[in-house]
Amino acid sequence: MSVLSALARLEAVDAGRARPLATVRHCHLADAPLLMVPLRLAGEAAAPLAVLLGTDRADPALLVVPQPRNRDLRFAFAAELAKVVLEHVEASRGAAEPLGPGRDGEERVRYTGAPQILVPNGGGAAFLRLLGRSTRFRRTEGPHAVEAAVPALGRWLTWFAERRDRPGSSLLLALTDALRLHWATGQSALEDANLAALLGWIDPPAGLDGPAAAARAEDPLRCPPAGPATDPTFDNEVLAPAIAAWDASGGDPRAEARLRAALESQLVPTWDAAWHAVDLLRALPPGASVADRWERDRDAFTLFHAGFAEGVPQARRDSAVAAARRLHRLERAQEEYDARRAFDDPLVMAEYRLTGQAFAGTVAESDPTRLDESGKRPKLRPRVRIATPDPVRLEPGATVCSADRPALKGRIVESGAGDVLVELTGGLGRKLVPEPGAVPAEGDRVCFTSVVPGSFGPARFPESADTPWTHGGPPAEYVPTDSDAAEEWS
Amino acid sequence: MTENTADTAPDLDRLRAGAPPRNHDARTIAALTANPGCARRGVLDAAGVDKDAVARHLGFGTPFGQSQFALARGNAFEAQVKADGCAELLTLLRDRLGLAVAEVFYDDLAVEDGESREARHARTRRLLARALDSAEGTLFDHPMLRLDIAGHPAYLEPDVIAFQLGGRFHVVEIKSFAVVDGQAEPEQVAAAARQAAVYVLALRRLVAELGHDPARVAHEIFLVCPEDFSNRPSATPVDVRPQLAVLERQLARLTRVRDILADLPPDLSFALDEGLGDAVRAVGARYAPECVSGCEMAYFCRDEARACGATGVLGRGVRDDLGGVDTVGAALALARGTAEPPAELAETAALLRTAARLRREALGGAA
Repeated sequence: MSVLSALARLEAVDAGRARPLATVRHCHLADAPLLMVPLRLAGEAAAPLAVLLGTDRADPALLVVPQPRNRDLRFAFAAELAKVVLEHVEASRGAAEPLGPGRDGEERVRYTGAPQILVPNGGGAAFLRLLGRSTRFRRTEGPHAVEAAVPALGRWLTWFAERRDRPGSSLLLALTDALRLHWATGQSALEDANLAALLGWIDPPAGLDGPAAAARAEDPLRCPPAGPATDPTFDNEVLAPAIAAWDASGGDPRAEARLRAALESQLVPTWDAAWHAVDLLRALPPGASVADRWERDRDAFTLFHAGFAEGVPQARRDSAVAAARRLHRLERAQEEYDARRAFDDPLVMAEYRLTGQAFAGTVAESDPTRLDESGKRPKLRPRVRIATPDPVRLEPGATVCSADRPALKGRIVESGAGDVLVELTGGLGRKLVPEPGAVPAEGDRVCFTSVVPGSFGPARFPESADTPWTHGGPPAEYVPTDSDAAEEWS
Repeated sequence: MTENTADTAPDLDRLRAGAPPRNHDARTIAALTANPGCARRGVLDAAGVDKDAVARHLGFGTPFGQSQFALARGNAFEAQVKADGCAELLTLLRDRLGLAVAEVFYDDLAVEDGESREARHARTRRLLARALDSAEGTLFDHPMLRLDIAGHPAYLEPDVIAFQLGGRFHVVEIKSFAVVDGQAEPEQVAAAARQAAVYVLALRRLVAELGHDPARVAHEIFLVCPEDFSNRPSATPVDVRPQLAVLERQLARLTRVRDILADLPPDLSFALDEGLGDAVRAVGARYAPECVSGCEMAYFCRDEARACGATGVLGRGVRDDLGGVDTVGAALALARGTAEPPAELAETAALLRTAARLRREALGGAA
């Protein structure tokens, strides 16, 4: 939360409609994402009840577990779900584009596409993670054997869930999160977790304003919850009798059809709402760095896909070195994401201007050919004085770069009320005279910021086999055990 | 009882308009600590008013129902852990936590036919007094505990086991949410810890009343949950000292209900009649979005807060960001420069005006 987004919320209350928090789209949307609306049986950690899924909004597939407490039915469901997810993975991958040899001389490739999964909310994403955890250790032979697709599904879902931890990744998107990144509503973050209410504020149906549409969305009878939790009243009055009837009938297809119809009635409104959210996001122009981030997603996908056949299920807990590496990667990604998003979008940059970490204004004086001759050799150090109304909080000496051209780097020389003197140090060319147009001229509008991507350098970690004793020593290698396969799933 | 009770009891009875007081349980007491600044909740809870009925009467009934699947799962797990004199629980405490539990005595203090809460509490007292003196007895299931809430004794619906080991009592709380790979949902663990803290506190008060050192009730509780995706129980020790500190502070503050009552109309009552809305509005609320998950009055208060344009409806974060500006209208007036800020809000106003300018610039004047 910041004063800027707080103000956007106030404006939304005033207008009775959501107000923009971004001028461009900051996440990638694939051409054919797989939308999944999962439901879980209440009271259970990860017992699936149903999922409505597909890449075609006109033709969703409904998978149901008629008796969620039956282990065999759950694994049959997991196998069906696996088929859809694995097909989506293969269908989305596209061609392998050559990247030329890497540092070790090996030819590298990157798939032109990557699979994207959309879920309605954060709860849906968390559910997929648990579903992945509960299926990836299953064995395909011996006691408690399951279909080969089941552990494969588990590993893929785990991979999607882990990528979601990475700031800026778009492989698994929760639509409420994606919408909240771009719009501020006149309600609280807690209420924004309801997809239908959030959509009500952003794009209310004809004749309603945001608050009225959101109020309608809070009525579980008109607007069933977007999952994975179901409406308790639905559970008690519809679902429980339907499951009991299916049990009593001994698996009669008519009883199953009634159960499916009941679950579908809960899922279809969310299905429609989710595609509505996709339409709203698609209507925004993509930010300049979105393609780059999607490329990183495609890199990760190519790597995981290539190693899948030989790989083992992801560990329950990271080993010491793996955990340190992961944390470091996430921190770098966060820093990169924050900075690039600000460069892409003046409304995000405004956050930094408000906190004084960035400022924008017009160039009042420019000395493009100034040389610093204090050293042995003269250096090109142009200076620009910028008039700005922003509350600058950058000390002399602070490193800054230009928001329009991040390669243009500089250092704050002095900063007083209403103007800032910047000495330019990089992005000017190699000669003692700057490249034409490199130094902003008098009257130009510029924006400088201390938020710089890539300031967070790579760190070196020991190999896993060299884990120091302080961190438990080298971790034991993973060996699948019978207890993994036998683990109950209730 | 203290003087306090004698003073406020008649007032509180009047507020309920003759209806019997609602029982507190650990959940409602723990919820008291969630929003201690709310006078409305403080008064309604201290008087034991049926908030659910009040909210329904006002047209803001909340769907606080629970799914029968969740109930069935919770009951089945608890029954399993407690079967055969808590056999599974003891195995857990012995094997997983390495506790040297020697001989086991299991006493169930559950309700006997026609027994009043007072009688049950007396039975719990007797049994625990003996256990404290002799350091005998191991597991005490369903103890009926009592805690003073705003000077009123509240009986705690028992849903817990007191476990004695080496002369110290531990609270054992059984919950049916899963612990997967050693991790559970933080909100659920936090809620369980808050509830357990209520039991620890009540047990400590009882131990003190019986003339023993309250520290004989440990601040470390055992949380028993299903492990991974199975029904196999796992036990995790949880230190509830932070929750205890918060609880004690809030309970001490609650006794100020008397001060709140002093400012209210002397004939105020929450009878379910046409005057109810005005009666409820007479006591100030402090609505925050989190109320929705813990208070039956939340939707009424939210409606009221929205109607008067309170910034609190947007969340505590927003309210804090706006540093002291309480209404949406006032904040927007400052942002747009249509109102002169008082001296103490000058800084907030300047920030808001800059924010408004920056948004306008970025959105091309559309804002």
